[in-house]
Amino acid sequence: MNAAPALRALGAFAALLTGMVRVPAGDYLPLRGMAAGQRMHVAAFRMDAHAVTRGEYLAFVHTHPEWQRGRVDAKRADATYLSDWRGAIDPGDSTDLRRPVTSVSWHAASAYCEAQGKRLPTTDEWEYVAVASDVSRDASHDGAFMSRLLAMYASRTASAPPPVGLGFRNVYGIEGLHGSAWEWTRDFKTEEMTNCAGAAMGASDPSNYPALLREAFRSALTERSTARTLGFRCAASGPA
Amino acid sequence: MSPDINSLTSRRPGWRTALVGAVLIIGIPLVIQACNEASAREEEGRRIIQLRHPSDDVSGQEVAVLTHAPNVPPPITRTHPTKVIVNLEVIEKTLRLADSVQYAAWTFGGEVPGSFIRVREGDLVELHLKNDASSTMPHNIDLHAVTGPGGGAKASLTLPGHESVFTFSAMNPGLFMYHCAMSPVPMHIANGMYGLILVEPKGGLPSVDKEFYVMQSEFYTKGKYGEHGVQTLDMEKGIDERPTYVVFNGGVGAITGGGALKAKVGDRVRMFVGNAGPNLTSSFHVIGQIFENVYGEGGSTNAEHNVQTTLIPAGGSAVVEFGATVPGDFVLVDHAIFRAFNKGTLGILTISGPENKKIIAEVQSGLTGTPAK
Repeated sequence: MNAAPALRALGAFAALLTGMVRVPAGDYLPLRGMAAGQRMHVAAFRMDAHAVTRGEYLAFVHTHPEWQRGRVDAKRADATYLSDWRGAIDPGDSTDLRRPVTSVSWHAASAYCEAQGKRLPTTDEWEYVAVASDVSRDASHDGAFMSRLLAMYASRTASAPPPVGLGFRNVYGIEGLHGSAWEWTRDFKTEEMTNCAGAAMGASDPSNYPALLREAFRSALTERSTARTLGFRCAASGPA
Repeated sequence: MSPDINSLTSRRPGWRTALVGAVLIIGIPLVIQACNEASAREEEGRRIIQLRHPSDDVSGQEVAVLTHAPNVPPPITRTHPTKVIVNLEVIEKTLRLADSVQYAAWTFGGEVPGSFIRVREGDLVELHLKNDASSTMPHNIDLHAVTGPGGGAKASLTLPGHESVFTFSAMNPGLFMYHCAMSPVPMHIANGMYGLILVEPKGGLPSVDKEFYVMQSEFYTKGKYGEHGVQTLDMEKGIDERPTYVVFNGGVGAITGGGALKAKVGDRVRMFVGNAGPNLTSSFHVIGQIFENVYGEGGSTNAEHNVQTTLIPAGGSAVVEFGATVPGDFVLVDHAIFRAFNKGTLGILTISGPENKKIIAEVQSGLTGTPAK
């Protein structure tokens, strides 16, 4: 029996109530770090159904003015922080308010999540959710899905990521993981990352280009980096 | 082996040939270090590995002139090493791949292939890599002219909307490929991130009348050959090494029609030819020409002569030279000929000027002349 439609309906319902989706425990195969035959266990957690929007982030900088453009500590965000906003507390028009907030640093994203009583998802949590297609929790061997992800990455535009809610929704009911922008994770840095053909060495699946692209993006970041194609969503521990 | 190995140019051929001939005939090892302006040493015809070092007499500063294919920056007339600033911008941009076919490309300088860079042996290059704010990916650059880990890739890792700067000494002369080396590297190369950098030897290259920049590469598209619309990378085709397109200078017909290369009878022609791959080896050939000189592997010192077709490996280059003696359209191909015929590897060099019937003449038409007996 295919549980996917029921799962999707449940997920959508939960998302309506809390904005968060419950993700059951499970395991997945990370790009690196696992011995042959091993998989990474991921405990149950909750994750925002959508990326944090400019509108939501605007509310945050109102209550936390130290995170406004122009006021932010240069050690916690680089010079292009919120550079895609019209003004320090002006993200743009009503459509812009529904776009994922981008050009935010890791420090800023972490502070936002903390203010909501949440945290950034770990890389394992994010990647675990990212291998889900609209019909399967683990589509890492679904060539058509991998190809679709690459097409989604290729169709991204930095000028205006589309408003949240319109993108691809996976089997958990989590939307827009792939179509809009890259997303921060709590532990985005790993020591094993390389930026050359050597990246194929030690990768559990060197043909998983979507995962390699995400890893490459993370490898280019520091805690104060910002980019127009980089946003975030929050997570929380426990099944709640 | 070519007897004039290590001969830099043909400027003093008699002198060189006599010297090498003497070595061969007499059979006595001669130290010819003093005769060699490239500071390479030979013993019994074999070149000694040298530990190269950066110039200690770098003086002045200039900004490199960059060109889009098929154009090449002007020859370097300086006789001393200098600091050369190279401003290269990464732009993700949809470009023409064939008629009614576009490709969502990633570029160095806004075009495929990327801008041609020309420096001199011994120069200190300060490379500014700007990644346009509209980019979706971090990018970097690995120049095969760089000695050092990653060819500069690590030092040039650049987020969208940011700029990196690194310096390197151009210690080895030759024609080198550069490319983006962000993981997954094949994707960055398959999407168009490659170009050529020429490091002229200290003595310069012999002057010619025309220089061209020609870069072969493959595209692996979701759609079939000729299928209209914006195409993106088909990863499976890439892994299986089944290109949809194999082209010169970024697109089918880029150097035909209005884009054809042009020369005149009497011109000495030099082509800087690169092969970005990402998978195939090129069998580069110009129909109706014999290469007078081929500096294989992009080296600047050893030439083969009277070559019909030269191999250019993926990630490699060759400099080919010939004289234009008769007019006509001369077709550049990868002589792995299905690629030329069905995948786009065609270019045209149009040579104008007076005919020379002593070189080639049609004596009797096989269409309208006397029937064969």
